[in-house]
Amino acid sequence: MTTPVLRGKPTLASVTDQVSDIVLNRPTGRVWLLSFALALALTALLGAGISYLLVEGVGIWGLDMPVAWAFAIADYVWWIAIGMAGTFISAALYLARQEWRTSLNRYAEAMTVFAVSVSGLFPILHLGRPWFFYWLAPYPDRMGVWPQWRSSLLWDFFAILAYLIVSILYFYVGLIPDMASLRDRARTRGKQVFYGLLALGWRGEARHWARFETLSLLLAGLAVPLVFSVHSMVALDFSEALLPGWHSTIFPPFFVAGALFSGFAMVLVLGIPLRRCYGLGDFITERHIDNLAKMMLAAGLFVDYSYLSEIFTAFYSGDPYDIAMTMHRFTGAYAWVFWTTIACNVVAIQALWWPRVRRHHGVLFVLGIVVLVGMWFERFMLIVSSLYQDFLPSSWGMFYPTLWDLAFLFGSIGLFFTLFLLFVRWLPLVSMFELRKLVHRHGGAPA
Amino acid sequence: MNAPREQGCLAQFASVPALMAAVRTLRADGYTRLEAYTPFAVEGLAEALGPVRNRIPLLMLLGGLLGGFGTLALQWYAAVIDYPIDVGGRPNASWPAFIPAALEMTILCAALAGVVSMLVGNGLPRLNHPLFNSERFEAASRDGFFVLLRADDPRYEIDRVLHDFERLDPLHVEQVLP
Repeated sequence: MTTPVLRGKPTLASVTDQVSDIVLNRPTGRVWLLSFALALALTALLGAGISYLLVEGVGIWGLDMPVAWAFAIADYVWWIAIGMAGTFISAALYLARQEWRTSLNRYAEAMTVFAVSVSGLFPILHLGRPWFFYWLAPYPDRMGVWPQWRSSLLWDFFAILAYLIVSILYFYVGLIPDMASLRDRARTRGKQVFYGLLALGWRGEARHWARFETLSLLLAGLAVPLVFSVHSMVALDFSEALLPGWHSTIFPPFFVAGALFSGFAMVLVLGIPLRRCYGLGDFITERHIDNLAKMMLAAGLFVDYSYLSEIFTAFYSGDPYDIAMTMHRFTGAYAWVFWTTIACNVVAIQALWWPRVRRHHGVLFVLGIVVLVGMWFERFMLIVSSLYQDFLPSSWGMFYPTLWDLAFLFGSIGLFFTLFLLFVRWLPLVSMFELRKLVHRHGGAPA
Repeated sequence: MNAPREQGCLAQFASVPALMAAVRTLRADGYTRLEAYTPFAVEGLAEALGPVRNRIPLLMLLGGLLGGFGTLALQWYAAVIDYPIDVGGRPNASWPAFIPAALEMTILCAALAGVVSMLVGNGLPRLNHPLFNSERFEAASRDGFFVLLRADDPRYEIDRVLHDFERLDPLHVEQVLP
């Protein structure tokens, strides 16, 4: 252990005060207000888009045959993928006893909950008649119809539903002891009631803690396979189809790697400004940022390997359609999307091999955004390049996005940041009870 | 209104070792109904206080099994009995295709069972509690370590309890009344 997990000389009281003061006493800053106004404006744009879509239908997007899946599905995959790293940091690193995760898991879990909530909107809105989305749920209805269990759309419904509920539960259970800390430190009636209700009367009795720890461990153990299964289901939406470029067994692991890659990028993109604006440098140290950069590089290399393996498999199979699709990616109408993906996800991340880059937070922030952009383009490429020129040349056609396509993409970013900024003001950014445990374990002053 | 089990005598200690020592001494003295409050999970403390009834793993296993096999049964009933659809001659009971939904419901039901059993086991939500009347108890969520000797302990007698606490060098002792 070269650099410590926590900086300075933290005590049980100081870590609690430092984190809870951000929520309880710190005045709302101008940067926060400006960001919140911008995020709200974008959310309003999304609201307008959804209202218009409910009236007019999905034709307001640039969808048509043959490209009937485009932005909405790319947005959906992009968002749900971003959520994955939050659960991974929280659960897998907890099971692996990686102490450095303690400073990151809270905001990473919040990121997961919000990203999954935002992602769930897209498949519903894409249905054509979104108000019938509940037909996907198996319930005895008067039509006598049951869902089609063999369809990957249904698997997806179950996967998103389970993932959303489990990640909310996981997030909330981890918050309960911290809500008690805020309740006990709040000095206004409104805050005491707000945090008091959320704390459910948590007192911190030893046997309560024992049950709490058992539950945390078991939930983490369930969350890890859940992450892998959910993103594999997303991949099955594609690989269950027969299109060249989609119908491939590599998709589930390839999607999981891509999910972790973009998720780590988002954790960096959120963490670097949070650390700076809220003075969290004592908790999110150089070591955390460095580790996140390394994780992003590792996940990125998995993604790069998958790109290579896809290309190799296409040519090795000798299948003329697969080869034609791959050549279209390199040189076709959407070649620029492919090469942007390669530039962002393969070339740019190689800079992370240098420790100097991993220590420079400005560069890391930009690289995180580059990766997020690259991963969005990758999803767009996967979806559109397989659809626009399929088996019959007579049914080839281009996809052009409309302004509404862009409004939904940027509006969803606005919705995510609205939720995230509210989280920043109302809930503790770092898990206080886990910090206290860490301080205790490393022999910090007891009081 | 509040039963004796929610009253007693509360002592604050300076550190985890002091708290552990106090709990061990009190247990050796013959007290059986005592509770300890700490700002984070202290390893071994719950066991030192007495037997812990922790059924969360079992209940989560049952929840998971119920969710998984329940979903499989539902799919089988819907696809074979109530609404069979012939898709290219594939069997109605397409077990491999039934796995994904069953897997997700296994995890969901296990997680729900776990959270509910943690809350029920801990007697939460319980927004009001006599302990919250203590001014000092606020520290239990920050840096305070407390032991509560419950009034329903057979050995509980306030003078004896105060005397027994004094030996342990607490920071503070007070009675918790309804």
